Amino acid sequence: MSAVAPRAMGQPLSRFEGEDKVRGLATYAFEHPVPHPAYLSAVRSTVATGEIIGIDCSQASAQPGVLAVLTHLNAPRLGIDDGELRILQSGDVAFRGQFVGGVIAESSEIARHAAALVRVDYRERPHDVDLESSRERGQLRVPQQTMALFPMDTDKGDVDSALAAAAVQVDSTYRTPWYNHNPLEPHTTIACWTSAGLTLHVSTQHPQGVQTTVATAFRLEPDQIRVFSPHVGGAFGSKGPRHSDLILAVMAAQLVPDRPVRFALTRHQMFSQTGYRSPTMQRVRLGADADGRLTAVAHESIEQTSRLKEFAEHATRATPTMYATPHLQVRQQLAALDLPTPAIMRAPGECVGMFALESAMDELAVAGGLDPVELRIRNEPDTHPLDGLPFSSRSLPACLREGARRFGWESRDPTPRARRHDGWLVGTGVAAATYPTLRLPGSKVTIRVTPDGRHTVLMAAVDIGTGTRTALTQVAADALRVDLAQVELRLGDTAYPPAAPEGGSAGITSWGATICAGADELRRRLAADHGGTVPAEGLEVTVDMPENPHLKQYAMHAFGAQFAEVRVHDETGEIRVPRQLGVYAVGRVVNPKTAHSQLIGGMTMGLSMALHEASILDPRYGHVVNHDLATYHVSSNADVGTVDAYWVEEDDPYVNPMGTKGLGEIGIVGAAAAIANAVHHATGVRIRELPITLDKLLPHE
Amino acid sequence: MRPFRYERATDPAGAVALLARSPQAAYLGGGTNLVDLMKLDVARPDLLVDVRGVTSRAIEELPDGGVRIGAGVSNSDLAADPLIRRRYPVVAQAVLAGASTQLRNLATVGGNLLQRTRCVYFQDVSTACNKREPGSGCSAIEGHNRDLAILGTSPDCIATHPSDLAVALAAMDATVQTVGPDGSRAIPLTELHRLPGSEPQHDNVLTHGELITAVDLPPLPFAARSYYRKIRDRASYAFALVSVAAAIDLADGQVRDVRIALGGVAHKPWRATRAEDLLRGGPATEERLRRAAEAELADAQPQSDNAFKIPLARNAIVRTVLDLTGTAR
Ligand SMILES: Cc1cc2nc3c(=O)[nH]c(=O)nc-3n(C[C@H](O)[C@H](O)[C@H](O)COP(=O)(O)OP(=O)(O)OC[C@H]3O[C@@H](n4cnc5c(N)ncnc54)[C@H](O)[C@@H]3O)c2cc1C
Repeated sequence: MSAVAPRAMGQPLSRFEGEDKVRGLATYAFEHPVPHPAYLSAVRSTVATGEIIGIDCSQASAQPGVLAVLTHLNAPRLGIDDGELRILQSGDVAFRGQFVGGVIAESSEIARHAAALVRVDYRERPHDVDLESSRERGQLRVPQQTMALFPMDTDKGDVDSALAAAAVQVDSTYRTPWYNHNPLEPHTTIACWTSAGLTLHVSTQHPQGVQTTVATAFRLEPDQIRVFSPHVGGAFGSKGPRHSDLILAVMAAQLVPDRPVRFALTRHQMFSQTGYRSPTMQRVRLGADADGRLTAVAHESIEQTSRLKEFAEHATRATPTMYATPHLQVRQQLAALDLPTPAIMRAPGECVGMFALESAMDELAVAGGLDPVELRIRNEPDTHPLDGLPFSSRSLPACLREGARRFGWESRDPTPRARRHDGWLVGTGVAAATYPTLRLPGSKVTIRVTPDGRHTVLMAAVDIGTGTRTALTQVAADALRVDLAQVELRLGDTAYPPAAPEGGSAGITSWGATICAGADELRRRLAADHGGTVPAEGLEVTVDMPENPHLKQYAMHAFGAQFAEVRVHDETGEIRVPRQLGVYAVGRVVNPKTAHSQLIGGMTMGLSMALHEASILDPRYGHVVNHDLATYHVSSNADVGTVDAYWVEEDDPYVNPMGTKGLGEIGIVGAAAAIANAVHHATGVRIRELPITLDKLLPHE
Repeated sequence: MRPFRYERATDPAGAVALLARSPQAAYLGGGTNLVDLMKLDVARPDLLVDVRGVTSRAIEELPDGGVRIGAGVSNSDLAADPLIRRRYPVVAQAVLAGASTQLRNLATVGGNLLQRTRCVYFQDVSTACNKREPGSGCSAIEGHNRDLAILGTSPDCIATHPSDLAVALAAMDATVQTVGPDGSRAIPLTELHRLPGSEPQHDNVLTHGELITAVDLPPLPFAARSYYRKIRDRASYAFALVSVAAAIDLADGQVRDVRIALGGVAHKPWRATRAEDLLRGGPATEERLRRAAEAELADAQPQSDNAFKIPLARNAIVRTVLDLTGTAR
């Protein structure tokens, strides 16, 4: 693996498609112009569990403009096992809001109206949606390692004895609520079946995944399916795995051959069909000596999944990586409930897990009378605390120090509830952040060069609005050792070689490393077969993502430090966050402009998590009742104060040829803990259950 | 969304006549609430009569020194009006504290007053709600009720009225002018909305086809110093958990007159007459304000998740009035 010299990398370029987006010229999946489209609207179950005993489509079918009605009685049998995707295969209902049918019509209005006219009768069964009591009721199990990197259960030493003997102890339970992704663009599909095959326009993080899933489900060959995904309006993970809206759209299209069927989920439907972040209940126990050196760390998390499919939010995943400790224990447990299936959401695992761990670290600092920045530096490990591997690079102390300097941490008086301005209590807080440097398998690239020196780079990767297209072009230009203007990168089409999913902050690592290998191969072929000159007919190479020999030799993680200032009104409990500051160590930053956007975007989402977001389940009905953006609060502009993100220089020769570690997710990690810790500093009240709403801080006397 | 017809009336009488003929018809203002509810299948009119062209878009002075606001005035124009901002700043502040610029540009004064509750169960036809479907039950009482009412509730309904504007108008003793099948009338704003009782399906006292044509503000010189304080879960674009509209008339340190209305606590804008009565004739001290606020809230009946609204409303009343008197902290 040879390092790529940066020329284009490091330039703060604006997104190439930015202007098209602002001018409304970039077409998202649903907007793709298609001739004579039909529209699909879904019918959803109104019971949480049960069985359909009658379904009457006569009224719906009789509406002028209705083309077909889809139910479990006429749906095709699917060739796929995935429980979440096996819709309309029987009359069983596994959660409230599950698709039980669909109406295809000449307009979206007709389809929606007719869908409301489909009458479904159920035999209801009692449902269980109660995570809180799942332990007492013996409903917990250890999950399969769906998101492994570290095992779900980890033991090193003897935490119980070490905790009992510790000079300073913390034993706290933290709760995070259910979160929904809510990208601006909902999940959308256009599906068209013709005798030649199936064409799909899908808002997805993984075109190839769509192709493979649909091929399996509908018993087609992958090459009969072409998926386009040129622009995606946000995803946060919900568009990584496939969900049942894709299946419903393809089923519908099968009923009206040669007509493109358009399907967009409503905002309501986005709260039950597209995955979500499971609520967590996390207990963290820390033991330390009088100097604040950790002697024991125990972290246990309970989450939910559905009965259809297992997904575990690996909330304890980051814990073994963070701090040096001789005794370590990590536990994950899962309750399968009659609810929709959760899924990955920005920094799955780390996001919620680090809220708990980094709140507990702050509690330890307070209990031990130590500065929370110093406490973290003091517990910095030399090698990975679990497997003893050296870190490929690790700059957490540098991030903490640089952040403290920029934030003005030095002058901080640690006393809680000691600062007041105009009726507002003021406090500051800090938390660490981390995210693993992942690489996802399954990428290939084709690179073509013509004698005029122009290079075309083809791969079915996607840009979900992050700036990937731009940053990856910068990588390609440097890998090919040419100017940016000589590179054309084409993404978002399964006609191109397959690409790993967009996710895990691994896009640049996985796709970029593949492009670097392609560039090497192109140079080798040019030299070996063509004497270094591009032949008249041009030259094309296709390569797979190369192995990284260092993977087994080094632990690879990005780190960061989050700082926040909060104000809490002493009479109303209202909370404001005038200042957030993050400093990150993420290896090379390919595009400082788009990187900065990702980092401050993550921090803002962390603010939203700290203060606002929570999907509220009504256990009697079994669904999220605040299923719209008026009642599911995402931070508004007025909530966001000054948000600054910086990074420290980090030269990591082991992660990949670019030296990048990924930064799409780390901005959200620890952000909520920094705010909760600042709230404690401001008010003396420790909030262990998110979101931090004013009723939790309001003086009640 | 069900199919419906759309018509534009040419004058108020014509609009009233159209509605009088169609029991399922509804007036359409900016549509920012009604059309949402139609998409959700909560509202099911078969005819929309657009009244934006037939209600006045003017804000004008009345001979008695008051101000008349046409029902067709947009929320944005109302908040920007110099007369309103000078004489009744609480009204402009209340409007600006609600919704978003885009919504306010479209929303009308008439529609704002008649917007429907944001209770999540009311807005979801797959759940029980007495307001939407009388007799089906109230899902909120044992459900998600953090945002809902603490005053004037009934065993059938604990919804709140969401309008910020209505709270400010209640404090100002505004009057609503209507014309309906039985002629025209003037209704004090504090009597426009009702408490739920056993008929929560009726938000207000208007009869089918009764059109709001204007809202009159009486002359109230001391309202030139008035204030709207809205407390909510995010800094913008959220409905009130509790809001306070207040104005105070102090003479020689004594309260000559005071106006306090609360939002976010009841099925109607809650005019705090009990607190006002206790405050008149004495100084506006923190202690007296606190006792007055506590008296106003003495009958509050919290639900499982909203008991915090009682101390919140109390503190908000005290601080809002103190700020108006210029009392430093
Ligand atoms: C996301 C969101 C956030 C919001 N936040 C707030 C907030 O914080 N505070 C707040 O106060 N409001 C808020 N609103 C509500 C907004 O203020 C109302 O939707 C708006 O004021 C309604 O006015 P409209 O003209 O659009 O009414 P429409 O939707 O047209 O009508 C509403 C009702 O009034 C009736 N109607 C309309 N005009 C007349 C008339 N002249 N005579 C008789 N009946 C009439 C209609 O038939 C209908 O029943 C929010 C709305 C949204 C969507």
